[in-house]
Amino acid sequence: MIWLDTLVQGILLGGLYALFAAGLSLVFGIMRLVNLAHGDLIVFAAYLVLMGVTLLGLSPWVAALIAMPAMFALGWLLQAAVLNRVLGKDILPPLLVTFGLSVALQNGLLEAFSADSRRIPVGALEGASLDLGLVTVGVMPLMTFASAIVAIVALNGLFYHTALGRAFRATSDDAVTAGLMGIEPKRVFAVATGIAMVVVTLAALYLGMRANFDPSIGPARLIYAFEAVIIGGLGSLWGTLAGGIIIGVAQAAGAAVNPEWQILAGHIAFLAVMLLKPRGLFPRAVD
Amino acid sequence: MYRLTTRTRAGTATQIAVLVLVVAAIALPAVTSRGVIQDLFFILTMLTLAQIWNLLAGYAGLVSVGQQAFVGIGAYAMFAGVILLGWNPVPASLLGGLAALALAVPTAFFAFRLQGAYFAIGTWVIAEVTRLLIAQWKALGGGTGTSLPREATSNIIGTDAIRALFGVREAAARDILAYWLALALVVVVTGCIYWLLRSRLGLALAAARDNVDAARSVGVDVRRLKWAVFLIAAAATGLTGALIFVQTARISPEAAFAVTDWTAHVIFIVVIGGIGTIEGPIVGVLVFFALRAALADYGSWYLMTLGLAAVAVMLFAPKGLWGLISARTGLHLFPVRRRLAGPKIEGGN
Repeated sequence: MIWLDTLVQGILLGGLYALFAAGLSLVFGIMRLVNLAHGDLIVFAAYLVLMGVTLLGLSPWVAALIAMPAMFALGWLLQAAVLNRVLGKDILPPLLVTFGLSVALQNGLLEAFSADSRRIPVGALEGASLDLGLVTVGVMPLMTFASAIVAIVALNGLFYHTALGRAFRATSDDAVTAGLMGIEPKRVFAVATGIAMVVVTLAALYLGMRANFDPSIGPARLIYAFEAVIIGGLGSLWGTLAGGIIIGVAQAAGAAVNPEWQILAGHIAFLAVMLLKPRGLFPRAVD
Repeated sequence: MYRLTTRTRAGTATQIAVLVLVVAAIALPAVTSRGVIQDLFFILTMLTLAQIWNLLAGYAGLVSVGQQAFVGIGAYAMFAGVILLGWNPVPASLLGGLAALALAVPTAFFAFRLQGAYFAIGTWVIAEVTRLLIAQWKALGGGTGTSLPREATSNIIGTDAIRALFGVREAAARDILAYWLALALVVVVTGCIYWLLRSRLGLALAAARDNVDAARSVGVDVRRLKWAVFLIAAAATGLTGALIFVQTARISPEAAFAVTDWTAHVIFIVVIGGIGTIEGPIVGVLVFFALRAALADYGSWYLMTLGLAAVAVMLFAPKGLWGLISARTGLHLFPVRRRLAGPKIEGGN
């Protein structure tokens, strides 16, 4: 039953990656923006939550709840003031700007919080586990996975059942025509990035509660997130969850064979999917 | 009577100035300290990497975020040549270029199926995979890395002659040799890129960059062109990587495959200087080094400033500092634009 255990752990790990990726998927799907600072923004949010816990003595959940509107504002501002200026047909300018932001953010965090590993304290929850008969699962991974599902259901609800979501889909399909219909793409983009940052805060909460983090781990999270988005296909949030799960399961399987192969196995799964389906498994939008 | 030329007076003057500069640079170790030579080595190798990335992204439209794969594989192949085959580090560096070329073939095969952002992320993932695989190579130190053995570093080809010539210690002689090789490499790489851009291939490259379909319609084989540029760039990057680690004489997967050092900084240099020109990376590397020297005592502030400077340049001067200078003065030190030359045409009546 070891393989079943590996499979379950992998699927649950995929939930974390889907959380990392959900915000990215939204932004990438709507405006084709490659945000190379996404991973560092997750780490930034994790420090924000940590500060709420250590300085204000809040519980992590409350701290995250408070951090969410702050991160929304940050995302909105980032998009309105910086990223909107470089969006266009050429992918190079946004790529370079977000790469610059990524390095600046990493080093800013390093300056502010030092290179020490930190963790968001959660007390008894940390080691708690549930016996499900065939397998035993940690409460924390289970909550992560459930949060990923909730986040994706909420984002999909927003995307398909609200006026804002209609504006998202319209700009995603054709920003110029959407503009003719009275939608202002740049405002839509700013709101989308704001929402993505709210999801980032949720991802950061689990990142910080589950394992140690330091200012340098952003780029690796970014790669996992991007792999999940690309495997899932442009603009499909459930696809992103599937992508996260594929990477999670591949990593768990790799780790079961040899702990050093964990990360490698995830990347190889990504490369394999790209070889077979260069546009991902469930693309909604056309790039 | 009339012919197409890229030659201008500024271009010719630049060529003469470069020649003088190179001769001066060759003689420089006679009059400067070891520290200056090490700084110059750093500048020259970063400039080489920047020129190569500029060729990829600025001219061929190949926005790779995975160039560290070729730096790393080049450096490790050189180490393998020295440690496993007992080669001298300098010829072993050629092995680095070959290894990078060999890695570039499957990379291109895979990454060329992907478009735009997918290409960028795809090349990064391949670099990560290469790093993780190399970290499994126990003979070269695995995840912790290794150093060049003393026997290898103490009798690198040519260091004895340099010691005799300048009367310096062995370590300083090694730095001088590495500096000369870096100088040769940057001149050859920049020269080749300049030649390429002025040739028919350069015209095809510019056409493909500006409009792929239009370029195809006049007979440019865009795919083959991109393959050629990618492979050549990889080999040159591998060679540079090998040379960088001949000088440091110590390697680890983290250092050799660092995305910040070998790709992020290189991209910043190109962006700040001005993408799509040969002058740009030169200006950029000078700014990069000046920033580093000015903020050396402030730890990570320097990298933060560098990142923000790249963002600011991209927002307010997308053609970089050289673009600003060039727009003001109309100066092109390495002209690649074709002009019609010949006797002046008399006006209508």
